Amino acid sequence: MTATPILEARQLVKRFPVKGGLLGKARSWVHAVDDVSFAIAAGESLGVVGESGCGKSTTARLLVHLLEPDAGTILLDGRPIGVTNGVPLTQARRQIQMVFQDSFASLNPRLTVEASVAFGPRVHGVSQREATERARSLLARVGLEPDRFAGRYPHELSGGQRQRVNIARALALQPRVVILDEAVSALDKSVEAQVLNLLLDLKAEFGLTYVFISHDLNVVRYMSDRVMVMYLGKIAELGPVASIYDDARHPYTRALLSAMPSMNPRRRTTQAPLAGDPPNPIDPPPGCRFKARCRHAEEVCGQGDIQLYAAGEAHRVACLMDQPRAGHSHSAKAVVP
Amino acid sequence: MSAAPLVEVRDLAVSFSRGGQSIAAVNGVSFDLAAGEVMGVLGESGSGKSVTLRALLRLLPEHRTRIGGSVRVDGHDVLALRGRALDDYRGAVTSMIFQEPMLSFDPVFTIGRQIAESVKRHTGVDDKAARARALEMLDRVRIPSPARRLEAYPHEMSGGMRQRAMIALALACRPKLLLADEPTTALDATVQIQILLLLRELQQEFGMAVIFVTHDVGVAAEVSDRLGVMYAGRLVEIGPAVDVIESPSHPYTRGLLSSIVRGDMRGTRIEAIPGAPPDLAALPAGCSFAPRCAHVRPECLASVPPMRAATEDHAARCILVGPLAPA
Repeated sequence: MTATPILEARQLVKRFPVKGGLLGKARSWVHAVDDVSFAIAAGESLGVVGESGCGKSTTARLLVHLLEPDAGTILLDGRPIGVTNGVPLTQARRQIQMVFQDSFASLNPRLTVEASVAFGPRVHGVSQREATERARSLLARVGLEPDRFAGRYPHELSGGQRQRVNIARALALQPRVVILDEAVSALDKSVEAQVLNLLLDLKAEFGLTYVFISHDLNVVRYMSDRVMVMYLGKIAELGPVASIYDDARHPYTRALLSAMPSMNPRRRTTQAPLAGDPPNPIDPPPGCRFKARCRHAEEVCGQGDIQLYAAGEAHRVACLMDQPRAGHSHSAKAVVP
Repeated sequence: MSAAPLVEVRDLAVSFSRGGQSIAAVNGVSFDLAAGEVMGVLGESGSGKSVTLRALLRLLPEHRTRIGGSVRVDGHDVLALRGRALDDYRGAVTSMIFQEPMLSFDPVFTIGRQIAESVKRHTGVDDKAARARALEMLDRVRIPSPARRLEAYPHEMSGGMRQRAMIALALACRPKLLLADEPTTALDATVQIQILLLLRELQQEFGMAVIFVTHDVGVAAEVSDRLGVMYAGRLVEIGPAVDVIESPSHPYTRGLLSSIVRGDMRGTRIEAIPGAPPDLAALPAGCSFAPRCAHVRPECLASVPPMRAATEDHAARCILVGPLAPA
């Protein structure tokens, strides 16, 4: 990428204290996001996958500044957000919007959907009339006929309709980046398909950039240009969608892919790729976060942080196996990329 | 199959009263299930799949539910069971696992005590034998260090382990029928496949019949011999899992399958079903899928179509069955 990325995360760190003891002091820390760096080009869709506790939702919340990072920087068009001489926070918030999984909890139950969609523009100084007009045209655009739906309250809508309202609300501020955090996961499949089609149409129409977070690998493959695989707060692998799905290098990515149900009763899965649950992200041990569940783990995997190595053009993987001279017994066979 | 089926459901109808309205959640569901057979039930929210399952264990709140039709499981007239007979039936003949294992366990007792209590209640063995059975079950569902886990409380276990413990509890009395209500939906992908494989293995070993309700076609494909598809409280298609997935007969099943993103579909548009399911308080007189169906004909709106056979063991509730010509 030669052009300046629209959104970039540099060495993001977010830890949450786990309180305990008499005085309620932090005894240990959840390493939710631990030294995560990536960049997103304008117009691109970055898919983010991983299991619970991998840090994908924390990363999303850091990107929209719902959470403040403990360390690291987020840059919009190459300028840091929320610092002197950087992009002011209010401007960044307008340009980076988010849609959440829980369509009901994300809407104010006491506001009509029209008022909810118009709320953001009003806060950012748009006149009441223009904000209402914008809200109605967006409701129409997401498939909710304003004459029928504008005056309804969230509880009067189905889950799919509510999620359309949330999408309209996110677009009301004319953002350039939209973060979709499991935005279709709670929807039924037939409704999910409608919303995915809508999201692709809106992306083309408004020239949006998406960060698409999901645990559904099929949907991420469909929606993304590049995919980032996370495991316990770290990036395990990052690369073009075809490289990740057809030529995954990280043992965790391979396990995730082969854990997908087959969809074919004639060719059922016969073996689980991993045993046990994803471990708890509290005070993880040094070295590779995946080593406790990895069948290729060796002593060297526990020594020091594993960086992201190049594994092909724009493909990065945090694993020593592919890395010549890394000291892993597989690495002798690795070819220099 | 010459022997009588283990499960016979006939014209099951369940409606709930809410605010003076009657919500028709299940509207005439009939099917048989042989001993040792696994039937998947696929459907979206509001399709009536969970309500059907709950009716089979009589878990629906009695004062505001109306149940019609008949349910026979292993010779028991389930809808007529009362008091002790119902308690005897639950857990011993038919048992259930849920999406949320915390629903199965009481948080204030240890896992071991709860499994042992169920064994004692149904088999009348003493404490020692019941505990031994609990230990055996925890080992059988491959919980590591099972002896120590007997003393664990539900909240002390991870999601996958709790799911295993719930399976141990459900199977401790060797039921003939296991009802599974989305038991892997809340699990991470790498854990989900472990639990599916475990259930498949235990089903074969115990020879029990299973009704597995899910919204996930992939999960249904992994576990089902036969597959039923529900829409708006009706079974709209039923047949061998391979046939239903490879050559779906009902337009809804076709639409559902084509709505699912799989493999490399990038750049192609998903063929979504337009519209939304009907309001269960005001079901249309005819086929409930008709308002969304591309093949709708006037007779579809007049009355609910009967089940029609596509092949010997594959049927769908659509007047156009057998196979449709491409539209």
